Amino acid sequence: MVSITLNGQKMEVSADKSILEISRENGIDVPTLCYNEKLKAFSGCRMCVVEIAGRKNLAASCSTKPLEGMVIQTHSDKVMKSRRDILDLLISNHPKDLFTQVKVGNNKFQEYAKEYEVLEGSYEGEKKNYEIDSANAAYYRDPNKCILCGQCVSVCDQIQISHTIDFLGKGFNTKVGTAFDLPISTDNCRLCGQCVSVCPTGSLIHKQLANIEPEKIKKVRTTCPFCGTGCNFDLNVVDDKVVGVTPIEDATVNGASLCVKGRYHSDMISSKQRLTTPLIKKDGVFVEATYDEAFDYIATKITEIKDKYGADSITGLSSARCTNEDNFIFQKLFRAGFGTNNVDHCART
Amino acid sequence: MTNSIGEIEDNDVLFIIGSNATEAHPIIGNKMKKAVQKGSKLIVIDPRKTELATMAKYHLRLKSGTDAALVNGLMHIIIEENWQDEDYINERCTGYESLKENVAKYTPEVVEEITGIGKDQLYKAAKLYANTKKAGIFYTLGITEHTTGTDNVMNLANLGMLTGHIGFENAGINPLRGQNNVQGACDMGALPNYFPGYKACDNKDNIEIFEKHWGVKLSDHLGLRIPEMLDGIVDGDVKAMYVMGEDPVLTDPDANHVRKAMSSLDLLIVQNIFLTETAKLAHVVLPATIYAEKDGTFTNTERRVQRVRKAVEPPKGVMLDWVMVAEIAKRLGYKGFDYTSAEDIFEEIRKTMSTYAGITYERIEKDGLQWGCPTLDSPGSKYLHSGEFTRGKGLMLPIEYLPPAELVDDEYPVLMNTGRILYHYNVSTRISETLDAISPVERVEIHPEDAKKYDLNKDSIVRVTSRRGSVTANIKITKRVQPGTIYMTFHFHESPVNELTNSAYDPVTKTAEYKVTAVKIAKEA
Repeated sequence: MVSITLNGQKMEVSADKSILEISRENGIDVPTLCYNEKLKAFSGCRMCVVEIAGRKNLAASCSTKPLEGMVIQTHSDKVMKSRRDILDLLISNHPKDLFTQVKVGNNKFQEYAKEYEVLEGSYEGEKKNYEIDSANAAYYRDPNKCILCGQCVSVCDQIQISHTIDFLGKGFNTKVGTAFDLPISTDNCRLCGQCVSVCPTGSLIHKQLANIEPEKIKKVRTTCPFCGTGCNFDLNVVDDKVVGVTPIEDATVNGASLCVKGRYHSDMISSKQRLTTPLIKKDGVFVEATYDEAFDYIATKITEIKDKYGADSITGLSSARCTNEDNFIFQKLFRAGFGTNNVDHCART
Repeated sequence: MTNSIGEIEDNDVLFIIGSNATEAHPIIGNKMKKAVQKGSKLIVIDPRKTELATMAKYHLRLKSGTDAALVNGLMHIIIEENWQDEDYINERCTGYESLKENVAKYTPEVVEEITGIGKDQLYKAAKLYANTKKAGIFYTLGITEHTTGTDNVMNLANLGMLTGHIGFENAGINPLRGQNNVQGACDMGALPNYFPGYKACDNKDNIEIFEKHWGVKLSDHLGLRIPEMLDGIVDGDVKAMYVMGEDPVLTDPDANHVRKAMSSLDLLIVQNIFLTETAKLAHVVLPATIYAEKDGTFTNTERRVQRVRKAVEPPKGVMLDWVMVAEIAKRLGYKGFDYTSAEDIFEEIRKTMSTYAGITYERIEKDGLQWGCPTLDSPGSKYLHSGEFTRGKGLMLPIEYLPPAELVDDEYPVLMNTGRILYHYNVSTRISETLDAISPVERVEIHPEDAKKYDLNKDSIVRVTSRRGSVTANIKITKRVQPGTIYMTFHFHESPVNELTNSAYDPVTKTAEYKVTAVKIAKEA
């Protein structure tokens, strides 16, 4: 433990934590664009700089640890000017639609620009002019909006462990891309979308959520319906329709990770192919029916068959896709209702 | 799983057999890759060069269906080298002598002949697994979807017990369950031989308990498993079938046989969200709700019971699944189906199963709980069999290698393996326009040598024919498969692979041998 003074407050803090972590633990909102607590510190954006008494240069708080007696200012004039300069430089080299595009995901860049009142860039000069990569069905990649924070590269390396993307080129021409700078596809990417989740600028955009205003979204936490891992995520709902899936930061099993299926499947929920009315086959053709008619038909037929052939002539397939509650009542219908143990499901496929 | 998903990253050795986790269980796969980054070693036993195989310390690329011989070979070496855990065996297991006698026959020479794996690799893998404390076994359907599936699983238990690797954190036997709620469906007794909670339903005491719960007389004999139901239809003993949330015509082996059987029922009820291939054969189709429209719980592969929450209303007029089942029960005059909600049903589940007794919706609001969780103050069970096996002494059973039911021959010279790919899940995700756009067609994996042999290039269409059917598909030329073998998925109804697969099944579990089918291939276009 060491003693420091943080924004005028004396405190004892762990010497192993960064000044950023300590600040946030004490409720001080130090802005970051490249920092992600689940990833190794990248120290690239410089938004988290703080002023340390006696030091000439501002220090990146994400990668600076406290020393005994340090006096630290997180929002001094010098710090604020530096942050505005950084935003000014970034915005000067950014497409004009920063504030007109719908805020996508966690667009912290847009938030900070408003918070620090840097609404326009003051530097004239050459701008990036890359093609937007929209070749895959899951997400867009607009390198012109990339501020090279490196979060996508780190999450791909450290969490997804796919190493699909990296920094390409040098200096002004640096960009994030794939090997040989090919478009994202199933040949080079698992399309898990982890990079989309961490992008702070709207350079990476989930296609299903691209035009949805975040304020309209209601999030409902649930469990993924595919493999047996049991990832949790938020269904994003607008006007009683599921419009997409976003991860939950602290899900027990999967943290903020999702796979391609979990993240992008949700358009099937409102598929036009959904059945909406009971069907009864008459002369080989399905005819629409009411539930009442369907249940009566079933009850009559089951009674006939049970009377004639016994309960063991009735069989049922429950499902590893359905809930525990649905499975429980289904097997109960067979055992306690029909009077047979003829109930199984595809446990083994 | 006897262990938890969260333990994977800290294992020193991951022994992965018949499991392509990075595609079939991507998030578990990530944790395995993370483990490698942190320094743990992988032993991957798989005929295919999967992503994990490329990261493995040892990749034992065995011939499909020879797992039992390989595991016996590992145990042979372990005992020969005296790497077994004598104290653990004496204290916690029984049957060691007969196991030892059996594996004595499986010398490295014999094993190499059967599996194609040489002595050196076998020895290294045995040494690493046996001599690492935090070593866990992970398996999936590559182990179970064989006519010897039960034997394969028991043999992995033998290996775990022999080396004292079960009942600890980071060391256990971990089947990665394939479907979101296959664990739960089994727990709930959607099985012909078990009441909820794995209580055998031909046991008098169990019958009495459940008769008391439900207030009715119950059948005292085991029910039929899926393949037996299908045989029963053909034999005329089975007249009615009620299918909720499955599409056996696409997912069960030997689809033409399944279709024929299902078509001859007096009553086929299908409850599903889509008009599936099976639903097309039904007399009555009941539209169902999708997970986003219902409250309930799923139980994942690490036994974690987690909430499913209603996010949107079902399509207008569509009933919840449990409501439909209850309605049918009520029309037939059955008592005990007056539930008011999914939670109401869950309350009954808790009362009938001690492993779930301590779990309530309130307790799993955020994180879920892993069973066994017998009381309201139980934190749940992170890993099973600590100190003692659930059954008492761990039983070691000698397992003999038996070849797959169908072997390649002159007419059908190619061995076909089936499974999943990353971008799809069984037969439903094609409905998602995004996922279908990402991966729109079947691509049969075929080795470059075979591609040359059959005059195939990357744009070719191949015809794959087995003794039971014939399908066509696009191809992917890749060294992931070995020469003389191909790999297909069952995601694409345009290339219905289960028209090819063999319905020969494991005698105990009736699991079909999806992993080994003899086929012939030819260029179609």
